[in-house]
This record gives sequence, structure tokens and C-alpha cells, in this order.
Amino acid sequence: MKRILLLLPLAIFLAVAVFLYRGLFLNPAELPSALIGKPVPAFSLPAVDDPQRILSAADLQGRPALLNVWATWCVACKAEHPVLNKLAGQGILIHGINYKDDNAAARKWLEQFHNPYQLDIRDEQGSLGLDLGVYGAPETFFIDKQGIIRHKYVGAIDERVWREQLAPLYQELVNE
Amino acid sequence: MKRVLATILLSLALTSQAAIDTYQFADEAERERYRTLTEELRCPMCQNQNIADSNAPIAMDLRKEIFRMLGQGQSNEQIVDYLVARYGDFVRYKPPLKADTLLLWFGPALFLLIGFGVLLFVVLRKRRTATGAADQTLSQAERKRLASLLDNRNP
Repeated sequence: MKRILLLLPLAIFLAVAVFLYRGLFLNPAELPSALIGKPVPAFSLPAVDDPQRILSAADLQGRPALLNVWATWCVACKAEHPVLNKLAGQGILIHGINYKDDNAAARKWLEQFHNPYQLDIRDEQGSLGLDLGVYGAPETFFIDKQGIIRHKYVGAIDERVWREQLAPLYQELVNE
Repeated sequence: MKRVLATILLSLALTSQAAIDTYQFADEAERERYRTLTEELRCPMCQNQNIADSNAPIAMDLRKEIFRMLGQGQSNEQIVDYLVARYGDFVRYKPPLKADTLLLWFGPALFLLIGFGVLLFVVLRKRRTATGAADQTLSQAERKRLASLLDNRNP
């Protein structure tokens, strides 16, 4: 009994150490989205390249897709863009939300760097972004074929992140 | 010299301000509510700042949103719920009391109680061993020996 009590401080120390050690590798900027498991919020916004064409949440249903929040003012988006182009080339469905951006600049960007997006949603006021809980670009939502948000990735997607983390998640949605 | 001093003071005055918005409130009460809300809500981007202090674009948007909702006559709860639905409990500096925040709310009190428990245990055990030592009196033979030793020293 006494010997066990003597070991107690060591046990407590080890428990705390394990917690703190794990904390070293957590990214505090990665917030769990409050919208996981919920449908994409209702919206009615024009397309980036056509103000007459109004897009809504219903347009996102049918196939699992990535919903990528981007803007021309976002530096990381520029690094992410070629990766998205490549993914789109592999047949992955990606929709874009042009978040709080200048429309002319956005069009120029898509012309210049190639457009990986199936649907280009123009969220100039950031209202859809707010409803999605976006707090910075780029952010990417994974939606299933019913239009339910299943995952969220904050930050630029690069090849490694896609291969190691996101591709399996996407495959899971496709297999459903 | 005076001018230099004035410039320095002026630049200090300019930089020491955090985010400033020029919102026109209906009355003092509404301004006060805006102040409490923006101070109690956390900026999702620059964590460890509330949205009143933060200059991040998202904090600016959220302030605008709060101002708009106040203007619509929404209650504080409605506004907080609106933001929690989008950004999660993370945005609240005052987390709600529910199953997964129980440890957060009562953890400190729990640890304090455990500390007192350990203290009590240690003190009681010390006291028991101390009284145990007092019980150990000299035996008859030892007493005799002690007396003879003392006698030998003082003939």
C-alpha cells in the first residue's frame, strides 16, 4: 500500500507529461467545425463568371464534392491552387466559394491560373462564409452526395496533406 | 522640442487603440450590450483575443454582425447562439455548462478537494505516529538504569 502511494506522484507526473507532450503536436488553429453533420446552409448567390446565374445549396447535391473557400487576397490560396487543378484533373469534384473578393480580380485569377471549380459561387459580402463558420481562407469542406458537410480542412491543401489525410476521407464519401 | 514631443504623444495615442468601429447605437444600454458581447466572444482567427480587441477581418465581420443583430432587437442569447451555431462553443469565453464541459467547470474545485484530502491524510498520519512515539515509555529496568547513571554523575 505504502509503496503504491510512493509511486503516485510519478504516475501523476507521467499522466501530465503525456497530455502535454501530445499537446505539442496539436494545432490550436484547427477548430472543429460546428457544422459537421449538418447540411450546407441555404444560400442564393450568383456565379463568379455570370451574375445572372443564381446558385443555391441544391446545386451542390448529387455527388460528393469539395467546397473550397478562396480569395485572390489570400496568399495561401495561390499555393493551393495548382494542387486543386491537379485534383480536378483526376476527376475530383471541386466547387469554389469566392469569399469576400473583388469579382474582376477573381475572374482574372481563374483565367490566369486555370479554373478547377465546377461551380463558382460569388460570396462577395461573405454571408455564406459566415454561415459556414469560415474564419480565414483557404478552408475546404467535404460534402457528401446529400449535401451534408462531413469534414472541414483549414489551411492550404498540399500534395502530402491530400495523400495522407484528405484522400481517404474523400474516398470514403465516394464509396458510400 | 515641443513639436517632437507632441508627435510622439500623438503617435502613441494612435497606436494604443485596438479595433475601432464607428457604430451609432440607439441608446447607452445597446452600446453596453455590444461592449459585453464583443468582449465575451472570442475571435476564431486570432485566438486569445476577443472580437472587441481583434483587428482580424473575421472579427470585424463579427462585430458588424453583432451590431446588425442588436439593431434588429435580438437578445444576447440569440446573438451568442447564432455565432455558436457557426463557430462552435469555441467562440465563447464563457463556456456553457454541459456534459463535456463539466471537467472544465468543476475540475479546479475537484483538484482543490483532492489536494485537501491528501493534506488531511498526511496530517492525520503524522499525528498518529507522533502520539505513538509518546506512548513508548521506559520499562522498569531502563528506569533503574537511568537513575543509576544519573546518580553516578552526581555522587
